Amino acid sequence: MDLNELSVLALWSAMAIYALAFIAFAIDLAKRSAEVTAAGELTASESSATKVQAASDASVGGSRASTTTLTRADPDAPQVQPKRSAVLRVAVALTVLGFLLHLTAAITRGVAAERVPWANMYEFAMTGTLLIIATFLVVIARVDLRFLGTFIVGLVLVLLGIAAVNFYVEIVPLPPALQSAWLVIHVFVASTGTALFALGFALSVLQLIQYRRQAIGADLSKLKLKFVATLPGSARLENLAYRANIVAFILWTFTLIAGAIWAERAWGRYWGWDTKEVWTFIIWVIYAGYIHARATRGWRGSRSAWLSIIGFAAVLFNFSVVNLFFKGLHAYSGL
Amino acid sequence: MSRPSDYVDAGAPLSEREPAESNPNIQQPKLGFVGTLRFIWRQLTSMRTALFLLLLLAVAAVPGSLVPQRSSDPNGVIQYFADNPKLAPVLDNIQMFDVYGSVWFSSIYLLLFISLIGCVIPRTKHHFDAMRARPPRTPARLERLPAHTEQTLEGGDAGAAIAAAHTLLKKSGYRTELYQGKKGDISVSAERGYLRETGNLVFHSALVGMLVTVAVGGGLGYAGQRVVVEGQTFVNTLLDYNSFNPGRFYNPDDLTPYALSLDRFDVTYEQKNLDAYGQPTDFTAFVTTRTPGGEPEKRTVKVNDPLRYEGTDVYLLGNGYAPTITVRDADGNVVFTDSVPFLPQDANLTSLGVVKIPDGLEKQLGMIGFFYPTAQLLDSGAYTSTYPDLVFPVLTLNVYTGDLGIDDGAPKSVYELNTDDMTQLTGGKTGVDSIELMPGQSQELPGGYGSITFENANPDAEPIAADASADDDGATVSTADFASSVPRFASFDVHHDPTQGWVFLFAMLILGGLLTSLFIPRRRVWVKATDNPDGTVRVQYAGLARGEDPGLIEAVDAIAYRHGTALGLER
Repeated sequence: MDLNELSVLALWSAMAIYALAFIAFAIDLAKRSAEVTAAGELTASESSATKVQAASDASVGGSRASTTTLTRADPDAPQVQPKRSAVLRVAVALTVLGFLLHLTAAITRGVAAERVPWANMYEFAMTGTLLIIATFLVVIARVDLRFLGTFIVGLVLVLLGIAAVNFYVEIVPLPPALQSAWLVIHVFVASTGTALFALGFALSVLQLIQYRRQAIGADLSKLKLKFVATLPGSARLENLAYRANIVAFILWTFTLIAGAIWAERAWGRYWGWDTKEVWTFIIWVIYAGYIHARATRGWRGSRSAWLSIIGFAAVLFNFSVVNLFFKGLHAYSGL
Repeated sequence: MSRPSDYVDAGAPLSEREPAESNPNIQQPKLGFVGTLRFIWRQLTSMRTALFLLLLLAVAAVPGSLVPQRSSDPNGVIQYFADNPKLAPVLDNIQMFDVYGSVWFSSIYLLLFISLIGCVIPRTKHHFDAMRARPPRTPARLERLPAHTEQTLEGGDAGAAIAAAHTLLKKSGYRTELYQGKKGDISVSAERGYLRETGNLVFHSALVGMLVTVAVGGGLGYAGQRVVVEGQTFVNTLLDYNSFNPGRFYNPDDLTPYALSLDRFDVTYEQKNLDAYGQPTDFTAFVTTRTPGGEPEKRTVKVNDPLRYEGTDVYLLGNGYAPTITVRDADGNVVFTDSVPFLPQDANLTSLGVVKIPDGLEKQLGMIGFFYPTAQLLDSGAYTSTYPDLVFPVLTLNVYTGDLGIDDGAPKSVYELNTDDMTQLTGGKTGVDSIELMPGQSQELPGGYGSITFENANPDAEPIAADASADDDGATVSTADFASSVPRFASFDVHHDPTQGWVFLFAMLILGGLLTSLFIPRRRVWVKATDNPDGTVRVQYAGLARGEDPGLIEAVDAIAYRHGTALGLER
């Protein structure tokens, strides 16, 4: 078995593991819904609203100081605090395992091809989704966004499935136009940006759902998607989405600039309104609009969330339709 | 007013300050001319308008990716007209083939930039004032601020506590001011993160700078194309270009005089990987450059590695074969000899070219030819090329006689032959076989016009011994080595853009400004100390975000913690 066959095997194994992780994440959401139903019945029977508050202890202790404990009521805390979930831990562990196999697939492909593993559509998809998972794992180590697992792993699974079945190409050497250090930088940064946009998109969708839930009121029995009661409040989701999107926006700006520098070297002009350039520009403008919307009265909240969703739709369009069906200089899908 | 009125942090909007129901008895004063202008200006520079224009810009950019554009794909536009003869003129009327230079696209981004400038100028003035102003007076009730914490010190006094806080905040990069409160308390007011607004203003100003530079830069430079065959020399003068597009303000007399000879053009083809057999993996043009009175210098031009020379950038954008063709009249006198660039039509470099012989023969002669670097006869009788390198090169030509249509002096493309006024002599329905030549071979022209030769550029090449077993009788068959029998051409783009460095500078300012404006938190922090009657000291810490600041609460807690440490609290 040569390295490329090993890469293919590792990728399919990663997909199998991700499928299991996806199921585990979905079970966790179902469990959360069950907890919310139970909490709803409990509140109904007690007919008194239990308010769960996240307390943060900001006190300072010491021999010479008496401490004043301040309890900060966090309006953004989940209405129903989810219980510790074994299945969620299994899901994360499976995701890490899948990630390691996925990483093996990318590395062996790169070694077999003697270059970075992102020179055609199949490889973009493989490395791009790897970065989505990597970003997700890095983020959940710092902020508990494990509830996004179903979405993130599901998205990656769909993209990988399409790539492995429809986009697979044998290893071929780089055409002269791609033989540049900028291939390493420009495409890698664009893929990382895409990963963060995906995270921002998922958070914005949840923000909208959460906002509607909060608008309905605290009555848990009326909820359709019950698990959202275990997620942070819409304002917190919005802030998290914003943070993911602005980091992605910086990376996207860099992608545009690096792309322009490369285009100057390879094509003799730094900007020429090539279809891919046009769509990269459109995405940049949409997210610029999103950032402005966050600072515009009347546009904060749900309206800006829609812009984040439209922005990510444009990102997906740029990756799929523009690559495959539009004529232009970025014809590197290898298909 | 430093920010548009609908900016999130700009205080309550008018509608909230005044009663919601407007009193019909109140006579609104008429705006007047200046008032109307001011109203329009305020609308234009509002956040809402900026946002609307941004989104409109995104939408307006879409059609340019759906319909071919003259700037990036002129042949696509011609094709579009041919495919959609009814729709194309309608689209052309609304500038759909020139979207990015169209009136409507330009007006959107110009309005956007006016709105941006109208927003940035007052903010710059305000920021300039704010940078010189002292941090504001400490609010009376710090406990009302959302980011707030406090601790009680046993021993010491308020003065010492504030002195320590003052030092700590100064060390942390805050600008500070001490205030004496009315109730005997003293406090330090601190502010940091001015760079956030600076970065924001730099970002927006750099966008304006970029737009102006690109607009001006297009007029100051030029772009030219030139096809150079191996062994030929290109001189950087207007006449020597195949096509030349000067900017509005560029004078072609300013072209830097230099010469560039194409010594050799090397192509490497993949031969190991069967999935990519014959795919080019490297193009290198070996050139010699020379300025008047200067020493010749050997250089290379590659894809992704342009030649920067004498203020111009020389890019390698295309290549192909240029068969050397000689035509003699019936008496054997040479009437035409030249290497004619044939344009590649597919990945295996099946190439199409035109030979025009205006003078020297009884009638003008034109030829349309195909060149196959590795010819393979198809069942249909036509040739195709199966490999892009020169293994079994064949040139086929169809001859036409009559009027080439070039005598009136009007420029005609060298790659096209208009056969309307010409008679076909070979190929097609004529019943006469097309001329078919390999390097070194000659053939008579039909109609007694003379002869034609496909010159072999390297006639002395050693024959390659073919595989003996391939032949039935076991005899070794010699095959000619055609490896360098046909010269190649390189197509160079020569650009001059004096503003490119400026564009790069503005791009860096955009990136830097964006980083600082999105990630440097702008915040105010107050530390207030009050002596309690029982000898303890109450110290309050509070922070206020100006703009996005997810780390504010942590920052206030950290200051309280470090302040405690500085005062010798044991933990």
